Amino acid sequence: MNLIRLQKISRRYQMGAETVHALREVTLEIQRGEYVAIMGPSGSGKSTLMNLVGCLDTPTAGTYELNGSHVSEMNDNQLAEIRNREIGFIFQTFNLLPRSDALRNVELPLVYAGVGKRERREIALDALTSVGLADRIHHRPNELSGGQRQRVAVARALVNKPSLLLADEPTGNLDSKTGVEIMALFANLWERGNTIIVVTHEEEIARHARRIIRIRDGLIASDERVGG
Amino acid sequence: MTVLTDLREGLAISWSAIRANKLRSVLTTLGIVIGIVTVTLMGTAIEGLNSSFVSNISFIGADVLYVDRFGWLIPSRQEWLNAMKNPAIKLDEADLLQRQMRLAVAVAPVAQDDIPVNYQKRGAASVPVTGTTEQFPITAGLTMKEGRFLSGAECDGGRPVCVIGSDLATNLFGGESPVGETISANRRDFEVVGVLDKLGGFAESGGADNEVILPITQFTRFVSPNPDYEIQIKARSVAELGDAREELRMLLRRYRHVPPGEADNFAINQQDQFLEFFHRVAGTIEAVGLFITGLSLFVGGIGIMNIMFVSVAERTREIGVRKAIGAKRRSILLQFLIESACICVIGGVIALGIAWPTTLLLRKVMPAVMSPEIVGLALLVSAVTGALSGFFPAWRAARMDPVEALRNE
Repeated sequence: MNLIRLQKISRRYQMGAETVHALREVTLEIQRGEYVAIMGPSGSGKSTLMNLVGCLDTPTAGTYELNGSHVSEMNDNQLAEIRNREIGFIFQTFNLLPRSDALRNVELPLVYAGVGKRERREIALDALTSVGLADRIHHRPNELSGGQRQRVAVARALVNKPSLLLADEPTGNLDSKTGVEIMALFANLWERGNTIIVVTHEEEIARHARRIIRIRDGLIASDERVGG
Repeated sequence: MTVLTDLREGLAISWSAIRANKLRSVLTTLGIVIGIVTVTLMGTAIEGLNSSFVSNISFIGADVLYVDRFGWLIPSRQEWLNAMKNPAIKLDEADLLQRQMRLAVAVAPVAQDDIPVNYQKRGAASVPVTGTTEQFPITAGLTMKEGRFLSGAECDGGRPVCVIGSDLATNLFGGESPVGETISANRRDFEVVGVLDKLGGFAESGGADNEVILPITQFTRFVSPNPDYEIQIKARSVAELGDAREELRMLLRRYRHVPPGEADNFAINQQDQFLEFFHRVAGTIEAVGLFITGLSLFVGGIGIMNIMFVSVAERTREIGVRKAIGAKRRSILLQFLIESACICVIGGVIALGIAWPTTLLLRKVMPAVMSPEIVGLALLVSAVTGALSGFFPAWRAARMDPVEALRNE
């Protein structure tokens, strides 16, 4: 079953007098349970693709269906709801709230989902435990190492049981050893049935995935199944 | 997500944001503190003025009509010239009203002058003297501290007796009781039969606590034979004051043969006129005062707006993260609105903490009242100021594009 269906998606930006075609009629389907890497040099359109898939942005033309919902026709608030329910984001710079402790950071998506206080706490604790940070729940981001921060971010991404984990250069700010640990965590999450999309420019990271989509000049240059 | 959880979340976030930027929050709050302090003090002063005026003119009975040759407040020179043509009020007119007015409880003619008063070696060259009848305590709302008021028989032309005000009693007799003693008023001997209770307020500054009250017959014989009288009429109730006024007017017009269509050639005064006049003046003072002090609050509000713009800019990335995670526009909007409202309400509370002792201090020189209404209003005004000045920045934050916001360094 298709989790993601992009049909002839285009995205244009107006840069002064010039129109930039970031994506040109991209058609792409991703099934539930896939582990996909999206690769491409900077300026290729891979970030734009990630933003569209992540419902942070809407296409100029084309249709996007995520888990049966027609995302391309949604307004701001509906998109916020979809992001909250369907997508777990993991960013290169972690993007944790600096003044909140790990637990509070992980709770945040549940707050916006309207989950009650006690339940929220329980779920967040479970998520932190599952990424191996049960003993760090009251630490603030600046009291945690990079790898630990990224684990908190992963826990935050998982906490709403989204249908898609979307990671943007998840190891970009980590040393290679910690990077490997995070990728192992991803592999583990994938084996447990999560759908994962990793956006990266590192071959080594992409090799962890089972499908590599290469973007160039706003088009899909190649789409291959790997490993197994 | 419900508005309630939005509010609770907003409060938690604002509190941590305010604590994270202590110095900045304090400085920003300062503008609001100054604004609220000035507005509150202004309100306090105005309220004090109002209440002191109302309590001070209560000696002018709310249910009493005062018939005079002139109105108390003559608005124009033309009306004043007209009023000059009015004939003086006569004693027989008071008699007429006393006999014929059905809606009156008491009618008292009042004549006033100044005379020298002495007791043994103590005395004063000019003391206010009132000539009236036994009904005067009812119309003027006087009570006796000692002795009794003038009797009907005394007013119709009996013994030379008098009643004196409490300050005059103290001045002439020191601590001793004046009742039964004889004082000299306008070089005539009068036996003191009673002392009035102290009136205070505007009545005191009008000399009421320092006066001598004589029977009207004694007044006309020994002080002034043809004074300008005032007739005081106490109506049965405040509700019937209007009817009583009309009855009084008709009686006097008929008695004075004023042809229909012509204006009254006398004036009927009542407390309302003063109140009305005062409220007009006080209203102007209030409007001007609150406008000027409101300006300082406005400046404070601009400060808040400014700092909220900074706060939004600083937290652009946080806004992006929150949006990516599922915060709707409303949540972001409320988050920043609550933050600015919080800063302002904290400012309001501090301001009240400053204004309250200041009011107590102020009370030493002028009437000032800090009512719960003012306190509530001050807090409300500060919350509204916060919400208003926070709205633009919050709106900007709520409408941010998550992609742009996340890209922000």
